[in-house]
Amino acid sequence: MSRTTLDLWVGFFVAVGLGALLFLALKVGNLASSSSGETYPIYAKFDNIGGLKVRGAVKSAGVVVGRVTEIRFDPEAYLGVVTIQVDARYKFPRDTFATINTSGLLGEQYIGFEVGGDIAMLKAGDTIKKTQSAVVLEKLISQFMFNKAAEDGGKK
Amino acid sequence: MDNGLTRALQGLGRQVNSRIWRLGFASRFFLAIMLHSGTSLRRIHLTIREIYFTGVLSLIIIMVSGLFVGMVLGLQGYDTLARYGSTEALGVLVALSLVRELGPVVSALLFASRAGSAITAEIGMMKATEQLSAMEMMAVDPIARVVAPRFWGGVIAMPLLAALFSAMGVFGGYLIGVQLIGVDEGSFWAQMQASVDFRQDILNGVIKSFVFGIIVSWVAVFEGYDAVPTAEGVSGATTRTVVTSSLAILAADFILTAFMFTGT
Repeated sequence: MSRTTLDLWVGFFVAVGLGALLFLALKVGNLASSSSGETYPIYAKFDNIGGLKVRGAVKSAGVVVGRVTEIRFDPEAYLGVVTIQVDARYKFPRDTFATINTSGLLGEQYIGFEVGGDIAMLKAGDTIKKTQSAVVLEKLISQFMFNKAAEDGGKK
Repeated sequence: MDNGLTRALQGLGRQVNSRIWRLGFASRFFLAIMLHSGTSLRRIHLTIREIYFTGVLSLIIIMVSGLFVGMVLGLQGYDTLARYGSTEALGVLVALSLVRELGPVVSALLFASRAGSAITAEIGMMKATEQLSAMEMMAVDPIARVVAPRFWGGVIAMPLLAALFSAMGVFGGYLIGVQLIGVDEGSFWAQMQASVDFRQDILNGVIKSFVFGIIVSWVAVFEGYDAVPTAEGVSGATTRTVVTSSLAILAADFILTAFMFTGT
């Protein structure tokens, strides 16, 4: 068995194919940026999680600091419990305020951290006390309509 | 009794009977390939030769069609996204549709008609010219010598071709979206990287193309081996390869998609 030009072409083909896969992994996908580094879990309870999804982003000051890893329902308090894995490089005060925001008008929903002033920091397994639920557009509109109707009624 | 009706029923029964018979034979044939793949992997140069014929010679068609599919996705996607004012998401649209669906499926369809039909015709002609019988006379197992290398060549080449197709498609989408239309280059790549997950999207696409490679190669070698050993029989088998494997690819794609992307 000796080397042939056939081997050269097959080697070229396999190299190009693996190169394409590498391109997809690094340039198209987020294999490089998804730092699978250390994280710690934090829980947050919401009245209404809206359209929040698992793998959704958690942002503070607009920077991604963690991911939503689990969403379940608390059958005793009737609340949605969201498990968040926060990047271990970042620590947040105990009175951090978690809100569910929407990126853009039709974009995905994400959790935003608004940092408080407490000196004690959130530890792994802690639950965030202060949360604000997702804005439900229908509620907002009906509230607006009621207010408008009340105003008009007052004028007469 | 109505003579025509009985004859029609008999014909139907014979059809069903022969289909089931073929299915059973195909399954047994698959097992035989698996049993004999040890020999074909030990004599790797046979498989490398088949990777050359099925993979390297399909490079041009896969790369050119990948480029064009990506360019079309760029144009069509921009047109639709512009209505919602979110043209920066063009990269996401192009990359996700290619990596998840179009890359594996379209390259498998092209692979079936480019390489699968060639494999069927080759094995069918070997059977028609009694080369396979001659091998058996010389105590060479034709499944180990002829069939298994072609099967593994196809299975190995398919995921690589699909990855190339997707990569070329993303490049085509970039050419049209960023260079021609003028979508912002930074948000094109950044949004793409933010929403394409390696395990969820890319690896599932690779698994899909691997399964399609098995389907196409299996159908191709089986149809060739089972062909009626005449010129007409070989031409019929080649047609059946393309039709059967295309349908099987689309059906398997639905099943795999239902398992992989359940929309959570």
